[in-house]
Amino acid sequence: MRRPISFAALFGVLGLAFTLAATMPGQRAQAQMFEPETFTLDNGLKVVVVTNHRAPVVTQMLWYKAGSADDPQGLSGMAHIAEHMMFKGTERFPDDTFSRTVSRLGGRENAFTARDYTGYFQSVASEHLEVVMEMEADRMKNTTFTQEQFDNELLVVLEERFQRVDNNPSAQLNEVANATLHKHHPYGTPIIGWESEIRAATPDDVRAFHEEWYAPDNAVLIVAGDITAEEVRPLAEEHYGGIEPSGIGERQRLQEPPHIAPRRVEMESPRVQQPSLSIQYLAPSYRTAEDHEAYALQVLNEILGGGQTSRFYRALVIDQGIAAAAGSWYSAHSWDETSFGFYGSPRPGVEVEDIEAALRAEIRKLLDEGVSEAEVEDAQQRLRANSVYARDDVSTAARVIGRAVSSGQSVADVEAWPERVARITAEDVDAVARQVLREPASVTAVLKSEPTS
Amino acid sequence: MALRSYLTMAGAVLALAVPLALGAAGPARALDVQRVVSEQGIEAWLVEDHANPIISMNLAFRGGAALDPEGKAGVANLASALLDQGAGDLDSQEFQEALAQNAIKMSFSARQDSFGASMQTLRENRDLAAELFALALTEPRFDEGAVERRKSQILAGIAQRAERPQTIASQAFARLLFPDHPYGRPTEGTRETVPEITAEDLRDFVGTRFSRDNLVIGVSGAIEPEELKPLLDQAFGALPEAPARSVDVADAQPQAAGETVVIERNVPQSWVVFGQEGVRRDDPDYYAVSVVNHILGGGSFASRLYKHVREDRGLVYSVYTYLDPREHTALFSGGFGTSNAQVGEAMTVVRDEWRRLAEEGPSEEEVEDAKSYLIGSFALQLSSTGNIASVLRAIQFHDLGIDHLERRSELIESVSHEDAKRLAAELLNADSLRIVAVGQAEGLEPTRPAPEEGI
Repeated sequence: MRRPISFAALFGVLGLAFTLAATMPGQRAQAQMFEPETFTLDNGLKVVVVTNHRAPVVTQMLWYKAGSADDPQGLSGMAHIAEHMMFKGTERFPDDTFSRTVSRLGGRENAFTARDYTGYFQSVASEHLEVVMEMEADRMKNTTFTQEQFDNELLVVLEERFQRVDNNPSAQLNEVANATLHKHHPYGTPIIGWESEIRAATPDDVRAFHEEWYAPDNAVLIVAGDITAEEVRPLAEEHYGGIEPSGIGERQRLQEPPHIAPRRVEMESPRVQQPSLSIQYLAPSYRTAEDHEAYALQVLNEILGGGQTSRFYRALVIDQGIAAAAGSWYSAHSWDETSFGFYGSPRPGVEVEDIEAALRAEIRKLLDEGVSEAEVEDAQQRLRANSVYARDDVSTAARVIGRAVSSGQSVADVEAWPERVARITAEDVDAVARQVLREPASVTAVLKSEPTS
Repeated sequence: MALRSYLTMAGAVLALAVPLALGAAGPARALDVQRVVSEQGIEAWLVEDHANPIISMNLAFRGGAALDPEGKAGVANLASALLDQGAGDLDSQEFQEALAQNAIKMSFSARQDSFGASMQTLRENRDLAAELFALALTEPRFDEGAVERRKSQILAGIAQRAERPQTIASQAFARLLFPDHPYGRPTEGTRETVPEITAEDLRDFVGTRFSRDNLVIGVSGAIEPEELKPLLDQAFGALPEAPARSVDVADAQPQAAGETVVIERNVPQSWVVFGQEGVRRDDPDYYAVSVVNHILGGGSFASRLYKHVREDRGLVYSVYTYLDPREHTALFSGGFGTSNAQVGEAMTVVRDEWRRLAEEGPSEEEVEDAKSYLIGSFALQLSSTGNIASVLRAIQFHDLGIDHLERRSELIESVSHEDAKRLAAELLNADSLRIVAVGQAEGLEPTRPAPEEGI
């Protein structure tokens, strides 16, 4: 991302994966999520429009199917650096003309880089959509920058790394844990990149990355708000339609070999005042799952970690009274294999080892006894209700659809989400739990405080 | 997990950045705000929105953590963590199950000057939601187990945040400016004060602070005024008319003008916060100062500090300023993070820009750009019923008037280039900046020793 708004708390992150999807309880036979309209330009640019007339404002989001997992070997952080360099201007709109224009229009903008995609967005009054569309389309192929701009921006990216990761012991450990879970697959490399490789990046590396990935047939345009597909189509044709497709094929990535031994990383630091622990497992995503496993994992995650009435919170925080926090996380939105994880953090005076033992006991109990029909129904009902709230903010639709399409799903998959979650049974959940929660496929990460002498 | 945070950050931005309400340039299309008064005389402001079967409510009681008793900092915050942990006949888990099973979201939060609550429910569950809200506000149980659990969670959170240079810096900054005023204490309390708080303190808090006449309520979503009225009585009818104790806090003058404190921490990047006196929310110059803030370091990629500290020199990833008007003081503050060796250089650039804007003033174009941003971007805040309810609460809390959404654009539009120049000259004082740096900051001379441990 180009600029931080705030540091995401670890536990806040996990909920987000779920706030997608669905329709209101019992509303229609064919439940739908966001009712988007979709069309594709001749050059392959996919366009999705979500109409909401509540206010005269629109959001344009352009998602490229290229993220940190597409960084060239030895050039970690390249997708993210390439994102930063997209704000340096073009011949037609030099330097910060784009940003100044958005600001002057009373709009907001930003960009973000993830493992599987890079996205750019602006929110403006609907009458200004064409202005930002023209500029966004222009920079797809025409971004330019000087050596000096590049050198300065690399320093900015290094400061971003220090701020996000190196200043924060738990972020440092997460980086290590992640590299341990994905030992061979590029998901093991941090999105922001390793410091030495950020320092070694060159302007030509960025240009090559843009050249390879930034093309209409490798992008998805989402327009959400006070506008219809009929209104968007001519604008998109005019501004994006003339850009040559690259003929890019589906991305090919290294695959992670099967894990045959559990792994463990521990970090002790005098900077740590609150210890914590996580246990995570490689898990299928929507795209890599053979069938409905990703949906079953979402239900499992809701049962185990969905708030204060979930199993893990109830066991560790309330009944045993040993943890300050406990729960689980899972995000199905991933091109390749993702992770399912558990976390816990002790109350003052409790050892982190006791939290680990309690988490493992709960995992064992789950594998031995399974989940009940009632738990599954409760979880499904909560997921369904959350999906109603997800419709309240039209940006959520843009985000959910963009993420889905950029990580290998279709718009139809997003719309079918409520139906697919509703079909999951207790047997499905038990089966996927036993498939995924295998000790040899796990990585345990422990963060401990080291007493200052 | 670290990786996911990138997505979440994006989420955080997006949440701010979306549709609803007022046009940008051009004439403002104001929200239709209705004043609804229940049979028992409880007032709420409502913006109807029937697009989805959702109702959002956001409210605040005047008076917050600044009223916590001496030695018991954190009472309001602990209360906010306990109101949904058992009330009436329901114990903690029963209350949480009632919320979860009916998809009712409820949260409470303590700030220095107010105690806030928000609630979101599906339309079909609104009666139950109001009932649970009333129970939480008037009959919280404060069971021993729940109190101990919440205290331990707050202490764990305090420990976790104490690892972060940002938290250390902002808490030290507050103490430096307000050594003898409650604004100098953290809202959540400290490791020393939180264990001292008793269930009796919490009951006293609820019994003396919540009342109808220090309450403001914003509502948005799928509900009509006639439906809202009985809900208001159900949720708030049991509250006393007036608070049992005064909620007055003394005004505070920021201290330590021109002082610099350096707190040593073993991190590669220092975090620096700085600030001076600002203007209150009800000051007639508030909007002119907002324009000045936007130009200097406010919320866009076009600010002077963004350009000179980040774009031209690559010294930081984040640099920003913001207005921090409180009920009893006002600050104009900012912050940045930079590698230890560059702290002195970055602070010099900040100071120089601070001084240059005071001496030379902004250009006419900068003022016009800032105004059009401040007018147009407001609509983007109103992205959901929850955000609209929150804006309605804030307008009432600051006594801005029910026509504020219509007048806001005019108030900003009326700021002239001369006004902005005058305010920049009168207000900005680079020599008065108080600075706190946390890290192994180089090139910054402390004028005072670092505070003792225990931040």
